[in-house]
Amino acid sequence: MKYIDHHAHMASRTTDDYAQMALTGCVALTEPAFWAGWDRSTADGFDDYFRQLMEFEPRRAAQYGIQHYTWLGMNPKESDNREISLEVLARLPKHLDHPTVLGIGEIGLNRVTVNEITTYTEQVALAARHRQLVLIHTPHLEDKLKGTRITMDVLLNQRDLPAGRVLVDHAEEHTIEMILEHGYWAGLTLYPQTKVSAPRAVDMIEKYGPDRILVAGACDWGPSEPIAVPKFIAEMRRRKHSEDLIHRVVFQNPVQFLSQSPKFKAPAGVEDAVSTRAR
Amino acid sequence: MKSTPVPSPLTPTQIVDEYFIETRNRIIEVAAFLDRLDRADPEIASQDFRVKALHQALELVLAGSATGRVREIQLLMSDQDDRPLASLDRKGAVGAPDPSNRSPRA
Repeated sequence: MKYIDHHAHMASRTTDDYAQMALTGCVALTEPAFWAGWDRSTADGFDDYFRQLMEFEPRRAAQYGIQHYTWLGMNPKESDNREISLEVLARLPKHLDHPTVLGIGEIGLNRVTVNEITTYTEQVALAARHRQLVLIHTPHLEDKLKGTRITMDVLLNQRDLPAGRVLVDHAEEHTIEMILEHGYWAGLTLYPQTKVSAPRAVDMIEKYGPDRILVAGACDWGPSEPIAVPKFIAEMRRRKHSEDLIHRVVFQNPVQFLSQSPKFKAPAGVEDAVSTRAR
Repeated sequence: MKSTPVPSPLTPTQIVDEYFIETRNRIIEVAAFLDRLDRADPEIASQDFRVKALHQALELVLAGSATGRVREIQLLMSDQDDRPLASLDRKGAVGAPDPSNRSPRA
């Protein structure tokens, strides 16, 4: 089945992973800017990374017939550093017209510090000013609940940013309701140890329905799976859900969200997807 | 804005048939972890905040909940203090709120 993975950190994956994704039906992916596992020392380091996301990864993906798009921003793990954050944010607008940049992301909170909230709030305002889509990271483990609450407070105070243009990612059972009830998109990221397993993701689809829910592998340099979405598809089939419902979640929904950027060129099969509108 | 739930097409018995073996395995893994700790130090359950949280989670599994066991356990494992940290204390989360963490809050 054809699918789109809206969250894949391919910069930290091998070319074989692109091959595996293509072989399992991936036709497009989007790659948010994130933490490399160590802190960069200058804003120039971020510019080099952004160039990798805008220029090198699309070429690597294209070899396997996968469309590659990206999101740029100051990631949550480094956003406590105000000095570099301010410099990175000042440079961001010059990249926003690049043909594969869909918006600002992944931004948000990590340990939920005062500095992180300031940087996140500034990036949300920047996204609103430049009419960008937004992809938001919510914190890990015990920090997720309070971090998502504050994430939502900042969004709700930014009235110039339509809820339907914001994806709040890494949702789990205790945060998904507060995301959906305000009209935002919720992302379920499938991990082998943390966040959400495929069976729990299916549970949440069953409980909340498929509207405004996306699933992704969010593969990165840690324990994670580039083919998590096809495993989710297998889990949906194991529950005997219809092929139409599965297609809706793994293809139509991402097309619906991402197509809000005119730069996103939907893969073949989009005719079905654009006819599905979120209520 | 409310979406329509999609009930599982599986019957209750089919759900048990499909998921029993792997769930059986998981609960044995939990027991094995606790036995391992007991062999190392029987007192650890009363000392380590993460193990204490696991014991409380097991009670929630048995008690059940109208809002769902998973949600209740997620809340149990969450820092309920919404006040931001005044400064960054470390990069990562550890899985359960640490009552001994005295990082200043704003």
